[in-house]
Amino acid sequence: MRAVIAEDSVLLRIGVAKVLQMAGFEVAAEVGDGEALLAAVEEHRPDIAVVDVRMPPGFTDEGVRAALVIRRQWPDTAVLLLSQYVEERYAADLLSANTSGIGYLLKQRVADVEEFADSLRRVAAGGTALDPQVVSQLLVRRHSDPLDRLTPREREVLELMAGGRSNAGIAQQLVVSESAVAKHINSILTKLDLPQAEGDHRRVLAVLRFLGVA
Amino acid sequence: MHTSDRLRRAFLAPFRGAGRSAAFLATGVLVQVGVLFVLGLPWILFVPVAMWAILLAVLGPLVVVVLAGPVLTRVQRDRFRTRLGVDIPPPHTGRRPGTAEWLRSRAGHRQLRYHLLDGPLLALAGTVVLAGWAVAFAATSVYVWIWLVPLDWRAGHPGYSTWAAYVTTAGVALLYAMGWSSGALARVDTRTATVLLGPSREEQLVRRVEDLTESRANLVDAADAERRRIERDLHDGAQQRLVSLAVNLGLAKATLGDLPDDARRVIDEAHREAKEAIEELGHLVRGLHPAVLEDRGLDAALSGIAARAPLPVRVAVDLPSRPSPTIEAVAYFVVSEALANVVKHAEASRAEVVVERFGAILLVVVSDDGVGGARPDDGTGLAGLAKRVASVDGTLSVNSPVGGPTVVTVELPCAP
Repeated sequence: MRAVIAEDSVLLRIGVAKVLQMAGFEVAAEVGDGEALLAAVEEHRPDIAVVDVRMPPGFTDEGVRAALVIRRQWPDTAVLLLSQYVEERYAADLLSANTSGIGYLLKQRVADVEEFADSLRRVAAGGTALDPQVVSQLLVRRHSDPLDRLTPREREVLELMAGGRSNAGIAQQLVVSESAVAKHINSILTKLDLPQAEGDHRRVLAVLRFLGVA
Repeated sequence: MHTSDRLRRAFLAPFRGAGRSAAFLATGVLVQVGVLFVLGLPWILFVPVAMWAILLAVLGPLVVVVLAGPVLTRVQRDRFRTRLGVDIPPPHTGRRPGTAEWLRSRAGHRQLRYHLLDGPLLALAGTVVLAGWAVAFAATSVYVWIWLVPLDWRAGHPGYSTWAAYVTTAGVALLYAMGWSSGALARVDTRTATVLLGPSREEQLVRRVEDLTESRANLVDAADAERRRIERDLHDGAQQRLVSLAVNLGLAKATLGDLPDDARRVIDEAHREAKEAIEELGHLVRGLHPAVLEDRGLDAALSGIAARAPLPVRVAVDLPSRPSPTIEAVAYFVVSEALANVVKHAEASRAEVVVERFGAILLVVVSDDGVGGARPDDGTGLAGLAKRVASVDGTLSVNSPVGGPTVVTVELPCAP
């Protein structure tokens, strides 16, 4: 699988490239701004683009805008955005069209090399990776009553679900059995009046729709 | 040597600066002579007899002098600055007022009083003093010029030599008197002019408050800009380097499979510490000035705080436009500190943050459903917050009855 990196900080770019290589990606191009990113994606048609939100020349949301173009023009290229901080509107912008092959993580997550590699593979394969902080910030915004019915544990499970984890991933994270996770999820879906769906992806969609971004 | 030095100084004391004072008085007299010339000009040119002519001859020049008031004031200020080194500040700040405006203003009235009343009287006194100087010099130097007096007069007054001695003594006394009165009159003039030509006490205070307000605002802005700069530096420098370090350690951990156990432990430890350092630096940077606040404004930044808080926090920010960076920063840190207090002390199950603008006021309300009893002066961060709020002319009030709930209300000035 091939990847393109757009990141203006050289140190971080090198770090991301190393993790990509470790995760089995071939780094086709490394660029420093949005324009160059679009050119590189057009040329290489990578499986995934790892994109910094804030890049030259404006240092605002060049990465998000480039990502939206990539989603529209080259839907086969997955996009993983890296940001210094959480801005839920970016997540909402990105997820509103399509939730497959999209990720939004804080830059510091790159340091959790193995988890970051997992996220890269998941997103490249058409999955989702949302930073736990993005998820909790989205939850802050939604104060619909159904959420209040959840127990703290169920809330935790829901956040991990929204982050794109599978049952096995959630079980590992919370140090519980997979059947316990399944039970929690059933309870959540019942409390949130959501019909039980098949497969991780539809489940994430349901959660995101509930969060109001999809 | 020492004694003679002191004696000399005592003898010369009245004359210190006397020349400067006399020159200053002379220029004052000159200015007033000029004014007098304008006032008297019609009477020099013709002798008015008819009533209307007299009226015109009196009022015409008077109007000219009144209209020339601002110019006269400038001339007088120049005189004080160049002759005495006394700077009399103008009563108005910034733009120079128009003639009509100047005539109506209280400062204008005071200046006219100086030009038409106090000034002439002082010039009259100045003339007397200058004449006194002339007489004193003449009397003191009587032995120098007595031989110019016709011989037959001296022959007719045989005691003239004794008289000349008296005159010299009186001249010396007069010299001392004039030395002292030149200084005294210059001081009186300076005081009068400072009061009449300068700003009044009230105007001075108004100006002082304006200056202080501006310099304080500059100071607060500068401190804020400095914090933002440090945040940028830390983010672009140390933080990136730490992430890179952590990535390398993480890669080592993940890829070096055949490491001895203790080496793996060391790498593990280093990786964990690097990640903690990133986390801590992130906290530090957010405490200085969060980048999200600068880039995306209060709404996004406060949502971030709320998401990191260990209890449910509802955030409602309703602003038509972004306040100034300084006000945004104060509002952000108020909420940050208030929520930290809620977590530490309130035993609350939920909190709420509301930010709204009413006219020129930015209202920030942080409330919780906790146990209450919070006081701004009991060593919590609230006291520091109150200071920060006061630095931008805002107010902070805490309503926290024992048993709760606690409501922290902050009002910040905010140009619409």
